[in-house]
Amino acid sequence: MDIFLQNIINALQWGSFYAVVSIGYSMVYGVLMLFNFAHGDIFMVGTYIGFGIATLLLALCSAFMPGWMIFILVVIITMFLASFVGAFVELVGYRPLRGAPRASAAITGLMIGIIFETSNLIILGAQRFSFPPLIESVSYNFGGIYVTNVKVLIIVASLVMMLGLHLFIKKTKWGMAMRAMSYDFQAVPLMGVSINVIAPMTFAIGAGLASVAGILYGQAYPVLDPYMGISLGWKAFVAAILGGRGSIMGAALAGYLLGFIEMFVPMFFPSTFRDLIAYSIILVILTFRPRGFFGMAHSTQLRL
Amino acid sequence: MEKLKKLFRPFSVVPLAGWLLGVFCAAMMEYYLGDLISYYLYLPKIPVLFGTLVMLKDPFLIPSVFGYDLIVYVVPVFLVARLSAPLANRLAALLESMPLWLATLLHLAAFYGILHMWAGINDYRVLVVKLTMISIILTLSLNVINGYQGEFSCSHPGFMALGAYASSTLTLLLFANDKMFGEPLLNPALGPWLFPLVLIIGGLVAALGSLIVAIPSFRTRGDYLAIISLAFLFMVKSAIENMEIIGGPRGMSSQPNYASLTVVFVWMSLCIWIVHNFTTSVLGKALNAVRDNEPAANSMTVNTRKTKMTAFMFGAFWAGVAGGLFAHVLRYVNPSTFGLNKLAEILAMVYFGGLNSIYGSIVGAVSISMLSEALRPLELFKWIIIPLILILVMIFRPHGLISFTEINVKELMRPRNKERSGGVE
Repeated sequence: MDIFLQNIINALQWGSFYAVVSIGYSMVYGVLMLFNFAHGDIFMVGTYIGFGIATLLLALCSAFMPGWMIFILVVIITMFLASFVGAFVELVGYRPLRGAPRASAAITGLMIGIIFETSNLIILGAQRFSFPPLIESVSYNFGGIYVTNVKVLIIVASLVMMLGLHLFIKKTKWGMAMRAMSYDFQAVPLMGVSINVIAPMTFAIGAGLASVAGILYGQAYPVLDPYMGISLGWKAFVAAILGGRGSIMGAALAGYLLGFIEMFVPMFFPSTFRDLIAYSIILVILTFRPRGFFGMAHSTQLRL
Repeated sequence: MEKLKKLFRPFSVVPLAGWLLGVFCAAMMEYYLGDLISYYLYLPKIPVLFGTLVMLKDPFLIPSVFGYDLIVYVVPVFLVARLSAPLANRLAALLESMPLWLATLLHLAAFYGILHMWAGINDYRVLVVKLTMISIILTLSLNVINGYQGEFSCSHPGFMALGAYASSTLTLLLFANDKMFGEPLLNPALGPWLFPLVLIIGGLVAALGSLIVAIPSFRTRGDYLAIISLAFLFMVKSAIENMEIIGGPRGMSSQPNYASLTVVFVWMSLCIWIVHNFTTSVLGKALNAVRDNEPAANSMTVNTRKTKMTAFMFGAFWAGVAGGLFAHVLRYVNPSTFGLNKLAEILAMVYFGGLNSIYGSIVGAVSISMLSEALRPLELFKWIIIPLILILVMIFRPHGLISFTEINVKELMRPRNKERSGGVE
């Protein structure tokens, strides 16, 4: 029972990363009907930006600032910088391809991802960096279940981010514009809402969220690596599809589901079976519910 | 562009046979005089891939490499092709009067001879040529699914892995004495003769595996199918990693050396021929109909389920064959070969070359594999240059370089000295 509860905590933590990253996929899909295949690598770039800012601030300000303040500053500055990365991807890879076949945009996204990975290797070299701990890890023991404050922070911060995004989309004018855009891609630009503003903004918000996920990831798993975005990104993409295209809540839920599957499979099977079982479950779900959890039913005819 | 056209006008009378003759002369020249020429140009040895490797390693050799390419390739090819044009046209006319299959076979044989001679200069060339031809098979087979049928399938490395492992297991079990399966069950001398059968079995295994993706495709399309196929890829990879009997994550090695240049070339030609026949058949046209409008195709009596299943199984079969060849060329496979990198590579080839086109697939496969070999000395920068080229191609030609064109062998081989007689054939 203890192991079970412990695994729930771990799964919540692990699922939080998937959930936050997959929201980025889902938002872009909602607006542009395209997937941002560079998103996993945007997550990686965001983590590295966070690493840079954190190292810088720790060196400069740790004398007169408490740790939590540095953490908040790192998060804010990283979000700001990473959002430009997202907007840049839209500008270079997706704007010239509006109206082109969908697969072409997928290819540019993948290629931009490869360029990010390689530039990272060229600029920083092959050495592995370790994310500096911004918050001193304290471990609590609730009757045999170990909970560190980092885990709590990750779970709470992810939930706060999702709630914030939800409020942003439901309550603000910009959010309304995004929802309108996902409702009708053609008519909304005629109503004075420029897609050239909304689309980069969507990419930027997704990138900002992913970068915060990256900082949190760095707190839990400090070793950074230029290819860290690939497997997490693809799995988050799977979660975004599983949740239903364009559905933010679905993406978050599917992200947590994926986290749970990945954490609970090793309890019953050898851990090498993790991917096999996770993907088999996804395949079965999509075979019987092709539109995901919250996706709208779509006609079988999609543009290529 | 105008100037370029003017420059090439004298060569418009050269038929395919003439070009082949020119390339033959260039290959002969390299074979007999290559060492001498490279010695006088201060090159360490005959440049392997048109000197790109030498050029990037040592910039001082750039002029000699250009000189070498000019003397050995450019001048002989163009000169011989132009000078022999009257003769070659007569030859082409003769070939045109033969049955089409015979003329094509003769052209192919000539091409193979040249390729054999060119590649025979060193082992590295042989390997590059073999891998390029395998890429052509892979690209064509993915084009059947992604281009002709219009799905976005991500499971191709999975099909390839199924084929590679199935055929490797068979050859190791039946014809080779190795540490994994012990003594061969059959006489190893039979191996090369039964190798085609082994490859076909590998292809069939892949085709069977493709049903896992094909059956969900009845109900779903587009992004959801992309995920299903991606899930299939990961499942195959993960399953192979967990099967200790075929080596698990360590992979399989020491497959017998059956995939010679000839074998790979024959399979590639077969693949091009069969894919061309398939896509121009009624069933192949049904693929396009399903892609463009499924309900309309359905109401026009196209059996959409059968069509989708055929496309997937056909594409997967060839991917399996390519995987089997790949395993026997490298003589080592492990599950991580068939991962997302391979997927990105094959997708890049298909979308670079062009959808719905056999020419495009060949161009895409050859150019991406050659480019990635030629830029090898740049190491990391290679992975910036190739993606940049692809992004530019996608921006300026969203359907790929040569899309929606069919190969026409008769038109390709016709003599060029007179205007085409009839209208559209």
